[in-house]
Amino acid sequence: MTRWSCYTVAYRTIVIKEVLRFSRIWIQTILPPAITTSLYFVIFGTLIGDRIGEMDGFRYIDFIVPGLILMSVIQNSYANVVSSFYSAKFQHYVDEMLVAPVPNWVVLAGYVSGGVARGVAVGSVVTLVSLFFTDLEIHSYAITLLVFVLTSILFALAGFINAVYANTFDDITIVPTFVLTPLTYLGGVFYSIHLLPQFWQDVSMANPVLYMVNAFRFGLIGVSDINMGIAIAIILSFILALSAYSLNLLHRGVGIKK
Amino acid sequence: MNALSIRNLHKRYDNGFAALKGIDLDVKEGDFFALLGPNGAGKSTAIGIIASLVNKSSGQVAVFGHDIEREHEAAKQSIGLVPQEFNFNQWEPVVEILVNQAGYYGIPRGEAYLRAEKSLKRLDLWDRRSAQARTLSGGMKRRLMIARALVHRPRLLILDEPTAGVDIEIRRSMWAFLREINTQGTTIILTTHYLEEAESLCRNLAIINHGRIVEQSSLSGLLSRLHTEIFLLNLREEITHLPELDEYLLVQVDDVTLEVELSRGQSVNDLFETLSRNGIEVVSMRNKQNRLEQMFINMVDRDRSRIAEGKA
Repeated sequence: MTRWSCYTVAYRTIVIKEVLRFSRIWIQTILPPAITTSLYFVIFGTLIGDRIGEMDGFRYIDFIVPGLILMSVIQNSYANVVSSFYSAKFQHYVDEMLVAPVPNWVVLAGYVSGGVARGVAVGSVVTLVSLFFTDLEIHSYAITLLVFVLTSILFALAGFINAVYANTFDDITIVPTFVLTPLTYLGGVFYSIHLLPQFWQDVSMANPVLYMVNAFRFGLIGVSDINMGIAIAIILSFILALSAYSLNLLHRGVGIKK
Repeated sequence: MNALSIRNLHKRYDNGFAALKGIDLDVKEGDFFALLGPNGAGKSTAIGIIASLVNKSSGQVAVFGHDIEREHEAAKQSIGLVPQEFNFNQWEPVVEILVNQAGYYGIPRGEAYLRAEKSLKRLDLWDRRSAQARTLSGGMKRRLMIARALVHRPRLLILDEPTAGVDIEIRRSMWAFLREINTQGTTIILTTHYLEEAESLCRNLAIINHGRIVEQSSLSGLLSRLHTEIFLLNLREEITHLPELDEYLLVQVDDVTLEVELSRGQSVNDLFETLSRNGIEVVSMRNKQNRLEQMFINMVDRDRSRIAEGKA
């Protein structure tokens, strides 16, 4: 068996393990985001949305659907990797991979793919739910899928880094609660940044989530506050930087080796 | 060929504690080798470094000639590790744990299931293959870790206190299994606090204390250096007074048990004859301490005194 076929088997093993993990506990992993997002659709879309009127020329519910789908992708890609890798550390079964001839990049790719799988699963369920509230006419399938997957990869990587540094279960909830949720809510999910005063528009430009939400919104409904080329470049830059950082952490054994 | 070769291995943890202070160790291919030492001596650190779970500070480690840093994939492919603590996903089904472990070594799922079935059947775990690992008893969990360590058929199996906390029946069956795989060619390195276990299984050993190897030899060679042995004699009838014998040091433990210390060269036959002349009939005898245990305590005490003298 060649080295590459060994790597492929190891990669598939990690991905299958990860997918089985979140599938077995679908009541905790798939169902809650579907219910939460349905409530967003009902309250902000149907009940309050009509009073808000149009945003960037679209019904309010049509405007927020892309952001809500991407929010579920962001949160679940992150949550899957941070909880899975931290559990592996906490119960020490990360050792199973460390003693085996699995290269660090295969470990990282496997966990990130697991995060992407959950992000895609939840994002797809939320998209299906959204069809009860809005008629989605996808502007660009290519951009929609590209941003969907790239955003999922980016936050799966962020979740991995969080898990490497985490020493307690508190540490894996701090970042999602105090960093991820504010960035997402202030990342243009519910509003166009053109509604903000110039100063806050400028501040918002420092929020990476804004670029992802707007790129995804462009893919779905064809409007964006941000130039698409810049948005994709920023997402790719973050992915490269976080990948390099994660591999460096694995190479040094931070948080997993004594 | 050496299955394991360690040269001048040092490990200093971030808190400044020096766990290993330049150890050298060779384990020959096919050997059943015991690495002994008191708690905190450095055994688990050494094993952690060999298995790539602990970063070494300096020194060289080679497994079947493969350096664990430069040729780490070949070295890892040769090692199976059974750690001291349970380190599997407690929520995962037993068979999945083995199949996943095989996958990390590049064994495709179909082949991995066949290997898992064979290992689990051999270790009496097949009936529990679908159970979550957390529901297994302590002994079953130990056997699961052995099955997992063997699923990729390593040439070197390292067991860090594999029988800790398991009952004597399971321990004996594990010994039989380990002897069997050693006979089939797997080199085994074992750490244990049950010195009876090491004496029963191993051919060669090293004793590590305070991060240094204080002894490395064959088991028979080591035991031949034991100058005295203490035996407990079970008597047929109660004795009312202890006879005074010039050549033997006797201690009465209870009415039907005597303790006697024999130095090397003293014959057990002569002892029995002398006791018989004094009207004492022995029905059975046994070592008060396991012989290796006695030697181990002597060596660790000697090393402790040496360190104390050095500090003084």
